[in-house]
Amino acid sequence: MLAALIVIAAFAPLIATHDPYLQNLGDALARPSGAHVFGTDELGRDIFSRLVHGARITLTIIFLVTIVVGPIGLFVGTVAGYHGGWLDTILMRVTDIFLSFPSLILSLAFVAALGPSLNNAIIAIALTAWPPIARLARAETLTFRSADYIAAARLQGASSWRIIWRSIVPMCMPSLLIRLTLNMATVILTAAGLGFLGLGAQPPLPEWGAMIATGRRYMIDSWWLVTFPGLAILCVSLGFNLLGDGLRDALDPKQMNKR
Amino acid sequence: MRRAVFGQATGIIVTLLGLLILTFVIGRIMPVDPVRAIVGEDAPREVYDRVFRQLGLDRPVWEQFLLYLRDVLRFDFGTSIRTGQPVLEDIKRVLPATIELATFAIIIGASLGIAMGVTAAVNKDRWPDHVIRIVSLMGHSMPIFWTGMIGLLIFYAALGWVGGSGRMSQFYIGMVPETTGFLLIDSAIAGEWDVFKSALRHLILPASLLGYSSAAYITRMTRSFMLDQLGQEYVTTARVKGLSSRQTVWRHAFANIRVQLVTIVALAYGSLLEGAVLIETVFAWPGFGQYLTSNLLIGDMNAVMTCVLVVGVIFIGLNILSDLLYRVFDPRTR
Amino acid sequence: MTSTSPILQVENLSVRYPGSAVPAVRNLSFTVGRERLGIVGESGSGKSTVGRAILRLLHGAALTADRLQFEDVDLLAATERQMLSVRGRRITMILQDPKFSLNPIQRVGAQVAEAFRTHFACSKAEARAKSIAMLEAVQIRDADRVYDLYPHEVSGGMGQRVMIAMMLLTNPDLVIADEPTSALDVTVRLNVLTILDDLVRDKGIGLLIISHDLNLVRNFCDRVLIMYAGQVVEELAARDLDRATHPYTRGLIAAQPRIGGSRQPLAVLDRQDAWETDRGAQP
Ligand SMILES: Nc1ncnc2c1ncn2[C@@H]1O[C@H](COP(=O)(O)OP(=O)(O)OP(=O)(O)O)[C@@H](O)[C@H]1O
Ligand SMILES: [Mg+2]
Repeated sequence: MLAALIVIAAFAPLIATHDPYLQNLGDALARPSGAHVFGTDELGRDIFSRLVHGARITLTIIFLVTIVVGPIGLFVGTVAGYHGGWLDTILMRVTDIFLSFPSLILSLAFVAALGPSLNNAIIAIALTAWPPIARLARAETLTFRSADYIAAARLQGASSWRIIWRSIVPMCMPSLLIRLTLNMATVILTAAGLGFLGLGAQPPLPEWGAMIATGRRYMIDSWWLVTFPGLAILCVSLGFNLLGDGLRDALDPKQMNKR
Repeated sequence: MRRAVFGQATGIIVTLLGLLILTFVIGRIMPVDPVRAIVGEDAPREVYDRVFRQLGLDRPVWEQFLLYLRDVLRFDFGTSIRTGQPVLEDIKRVLPATIELATFAIIIGASLGIAMGVTAAVNKDRWPDHVIRIVSLMGHSMPIFWTGMIGLLIFYAALGWVGGSGRMSQFYIGMVPETTGFLLIDSAIAGEWDVFKSALRHLILPASLLGYSSAAYITRMTRSFMLDQLGQEYVTTARVKGLSSRQTVWRHAFANIRVQLVTIVALAYGSLLEGAVLIETVFAWPGFGQYLTSNLLIGDMNAVMTCVLVVGVIFIGLNILSDLLYRVFDPRTR
Repeated sequence: MTSTSPILQVENLSVRYPGSAVPAVRNLSFTVGRERLGIVGESGSGKSTVGRAILRLLHGAALTADRLQFEDVDLLAATERQMLSVRGRRITMILQDPKFSLNPIQRVGAQVAEAFRTHFACSKAEARAKSIAMLEAVQIRDADRVYDLYPHEVSGGMGQRVMIAMMLLTNPDLVIADEPTSALDVTVRLNVLTILDDLVRDKGIGLLIISHDLNLVRNFCDRVLIMYAGQVVEELAARDLDRATHPYTRGLIAAQPRIGGSRQPLAVLDRQDAWETDRGAQP
């Protein structure tokens, strides 16, 4: 399912049957049919083509958030866990403060402050998504820190950076990857939520959440406007959740209880 | 014990302080000029400067923060530009609607999640376990605002089983005096059972959807706690005594995870508030979430930051509460 | 002491846990009359598995037997419903480690009383009185107070006696005692054994004692089964243990420390693969 998402995003122009931005007011709010598989929206744009192009936006968000959040979380978590002491206390306090908000509310606040746009939505999501990763990385680091081979490396005079990078980071990777995968599902939902509230991608971008928001006005008569973008979000986010869940069972059964 | 309480209290204060710093900083980085927001676009220079000083914007940042801190300690969060009311008053007015919704939702979500989690654990790796995994992950993967709309389309527009938007039918609005702000309670006090019914019909759909979405987390945690317990030796003891597997599961194994579940449910309640923001928009629910989003869209930062602060405080409060409950209910920690 | 009608008859019992290549118990046959039968074997030899198999508490594990007869009940054919009225009422099992086998969040007395109330309709107060009397019978002083304690508040030895009280309260016909004394110090151990002994003598119940302590079994049981890797390697009267023929048994006996014995290093078992080979169905 996720491979399908990537393929769709990569070949969006080829798969799309219509130009996602092409308006055709004469053909507005058309039911799903042979010409428009998922129907058209209030401006006569082909919904299927917009969804296909929207996949690119979704993937971009996921990708950007993940490459920002993964390293930050890893860095904060391993450094805090490895060094301990006051550094650990401070870093974990900061993490806790971020964790004491539901992530959507915090992203809302950030976007409100930065101004609504797709880029700001990505920044806001990234800002709120690193703390759980950091917590996990710290917990993992703590379990490895006292291991013999780390002590051995220390005795050989390896610098802490080197130890963290060479020995601890690789050990954290499996559970971190699981967490990031599960995180992607949340990121998709948060991004869609921001788009829905008009705080994320702005029209006419074919972002799925924003499409639902505009479709809402026509919902009662034209169900297809909201149904298909929602299904798209559901499928992708379910895909990541199932993948993460499967990875969790396959890679480390003991991590089940950690948040 | 006393040390632990002391440590925890310090922790809470530090977190609260951090919360304030965070909201302060977010309030700082906004591109909108707060003075212009108050005095308007074409106010004369001296008016602008006066307000600029009034807001303390001419002082160093740390002093501004102290001023902010002072205001907060006095429970003075400024007035909302949109409603012209003190923000705190506004929030007090809208919060009950959200709490009513969220509480109903958590009752539904917790019952569903716990039932599914226990069933999944008892039937580990058999078909009920797999079905439950999919069902609960579905709830976790659905964009709640979309589910809300589809729910309205199906159960309200097509089937007519539930009420539509709002907390009650237009017809009843203003019929019961606001005593507590909780419509179900107010209408019951007033003896207006029609209003009560209408409120319930309006509440049930958003609350169920919200509950369903929160059930995933509760299900997963219940399942893993339960699996832990079912592997314990005392479970065998109960079976040896001749208890049926149902009695064993509920009277013994489940009794042992109740305390942990309280924590989980408290956390889930907190994240329900997140879904509430979105679903209130869909259902035109006059609650906290709607208040927050409508202020967001017009850039009323005073109101927005206060809302964020309130959510943060509720979150911390829930954490403390679950900690306390843990201590009260687990004989081993007494 | 063996009576003519055995309480429990087991023929060719085999148990295989899911996911393991070899069965935990293979072709085990024995009978229990109104007597004290000991099962001895090293850790992991399948002793506890036998107890659970008799109570049909091995969900998911594959259990086969030619015969598994308890008095008038065919345990192989019994429905779960029938088993519910056997377990805890007519067959009970004293579990290995009281630290883990008592429910940590329930008062110990309530757990004892529950065993009674599951099978007999009676008021809470009656059950409490019965339980306290039983707790006293297993020589718990101050039973009234102990009744209201939580498991983490009682010592290991007391926990073990609570467990025993719980399992004797319903006057069962067969008691399986899985290492009933492993958590006890020597003086309490004698006490507990005496209690069990009296029961066999007075009420004529069957007692299956599982242990890895050869000395205990030798002094306390009428007959002994020696288990190794899931099979019975030898069955003897307890007083004949010294005349054991199987090399594993002889090894076990030699490895027992004896007070006043020669100060040679303890004998180490010299294992042979042949002991593990399938002994086939025994008559
Ligand atoms: N639930 C289970 N699933 C899979 N294998 C099991 C299970 N329980 C026991 N076993 C295996 O079955 C074998 C016999 O176990 P059992 O508990 O009967 O040994 P035991 O003789 O009682 O040992 P001990 O003296 O330590 O109590 C062991 O190899 C054990 O690993
Ligand atoms: Mg055992």
